[in-house]
Amino acid sequence: MRASPVGRTVRFAVLLAFLVVFLIPVYVLVVTSFKPLDEADPAAAWELPSNWSLDGWSGAWETLRPGLANSFKIAVTGSLIAAALGSLNGYVLSKWRFPGSDAVFTLFLFGMFIPYQAVMIPLAGLLTRMELAGTIRGLVLAHVVYGIPICTLIFRNYYVTIPNELIEAARVDGAGLLRTYSSIVLPVSGPAFAVTLIWQFTSLWNDFLFAVFLGAPDSWPVTVMLNNTAGSGAVAVQYNQQMAAALLASLPTLVVYLLLGRFFMRGLMAGALKG
Amino acid sequence: MARGNAGVRRLPGGRAPRWLPGLLLVAPSILAIGLFVYGLIFWNLRVAVSGRHDEVTPYGFDRGRNFVDLWDDPSWPPAVRHALLFTVVFVGGALLLGALLAFLMEKGIAAEAGFRAVYLFPMAISFIAAGVVWRWLMNPAPPERAVGLNQLFGDLGLDALANDWWQNPTWGMAAMAIPAIWQMSGYVMALYLAGFRGVPDELREAARVDGASEWQVYRYVVFPQLRPVTLSALIILGHISLKVFDLIMAIAGKQIITYVPAIATYVEVFDRHDPANGATIATYLLLAVALLVIPYLVWSVRAERVR
Repeated sequence: MRASPVGRTVRFAVLLAFLVVFLIPVYVLVVTSFKPLDEADPAAAWELPSNWSLDGWSGAWETLRPGLANSFKIAVTGSLIAAALGSLNGYVLSKWRFPGSDAVFTLFLFGMFIPYQAVMIPLAGLLTRMELAGTIRGLVLAHVVYGIPICTLIFRNYYVTIPNELIEAARVDGAGLLRTYSSIVLPVSGPAFAVTLIWQFTSLWNDFLFAVFLGAPDSWPVTVMLNNTAGSGAVAVQYNQQMAAALLASLPTLVVYLLLGRFFMRGLMAGALKG
Repeated sequence: MARGNAGVRRLPGGRAPRWLPGLLLVAPSILAIGLFVYGLIFWNLRVAVSGRHDEVTPYGFDRGRNFVDLWDDPSWPPAVRHALLFTVVFVGGALLLGALLAFLMEKGIAAEAGFRAVYLFPMAISFIAAGVVWRWLMNPAPPERAVGLNQLFGDLGLDALANDWWQNPTWGMAAMAIPAIWQMSGYVMALYLAGFRGVPDELREAARVDGASEWQVYRYVVFPQLRPVTLSALIILGHISLKVFDLIMAIAGKQIITYVPAIATYVEVFDRHDPANGATIATYLLLAVALLVIPYLVWSVRAERVR
């Protein structure tokens, strides 16, 4: 019972139409980013550049460079630490349970869904007391803590598939908690680390909320800098530079997505609680 | 655990239970979540029921008056209305579009990987970066100097579609949901595609043998299997929607016309310097999300135990 050729063509045509619609914003971004300033007029948004120019890109690079550096520091450190913690937590919560571990897991999970606004006001105060307010370390700390739930979830759902007999065998051989982890669990954790790191890197890179509440000009990541350059009501917005900046700020996550999209998909699935 | 207890019995007062090292390993995370999630939620509640409407007044206690008084703030009821309208359009739109795309793809299509990649890539981009281009596309300038999508509609002879987008006082938030649908419907598609492909072929085959038409196979065999996917997608989209902040900041900033609770928290803290009101709004936001998420968490943990 395969679909008829007509049905298949219709489906393909509809999908293609949506594909074009999905790419409209990308077209405008790319085309405008390569226009010289005098061509980058909203009224001509749909036209190709008559002179291709890199001015927008070089301007964007100059403006965003400090933010890009901050974003890299925050996203790389934050996702590495959260992934390591998630791996240990996931291991214990799936293979070395303690009384009440299911309750702990459920309480962790709720932390994944809370609107961060509900902690932001006291969190800013707490970071000030810890002398971490406005610093990159403060942002990393916040991202790590609020990243624990999703990382734990991904690793736990992954480790559940390791046969219990393997763990028991190691225990019988006298291996303790950490020894079992390093000799049996860690060696097979590669895919789960890939999923977690990609997922965390993407969400930390794209974060805006934490950055505006907890950051300062010195520690602002690229999202805040981008939003500031795009400032509403500015007299003469350089549209070519603005569009190039939006693309530049998205490049790292897009590259990760294109190269490792397979893992990205799995991270998305984990987000749906179905590991 | 039974073994751990046996060990304790053999060596009274001696060896610790076997599960203890595990608990110790997770302890730092438990403490961190305890303090940063639950401790700070409590602290936020403390601020919300205080009289701290500026940054110097001592905290005090005003018996939750803020939760009532907030409704007299002229900007609050519209913020709630905006969030609800946004949620209905965004969740409904992303769910329908994602399900439709998955439905069209589920039997396999040429270049499927390419289609999937394009539908999904907006999710890798920040709302801030997406906002830069969508603000441009959804420009409400009148027809004679139309730009963005309105200009495109004009060029295509679809002038009727031209509108004032998010700057429409009644339906603006519905337009604001368009970029969010653009970003999230690929995700919904991926969820549904996995759901469709998870329905065993034998089930469909059996229904066909019983004389079911292709539509009946979907209606009675496939769609019922997709209910858990729909529920997951609803919860995930719903909580993203209630918290929407970045997208609106990027497109409209703090304008009253697109004011929502998440923006209101920010404005109370940074512009009006009123921690008590900010914390009150944040608490309402938390309640809304909790109402949505807690039943779902309980349901999925229970479902997993049954499995």
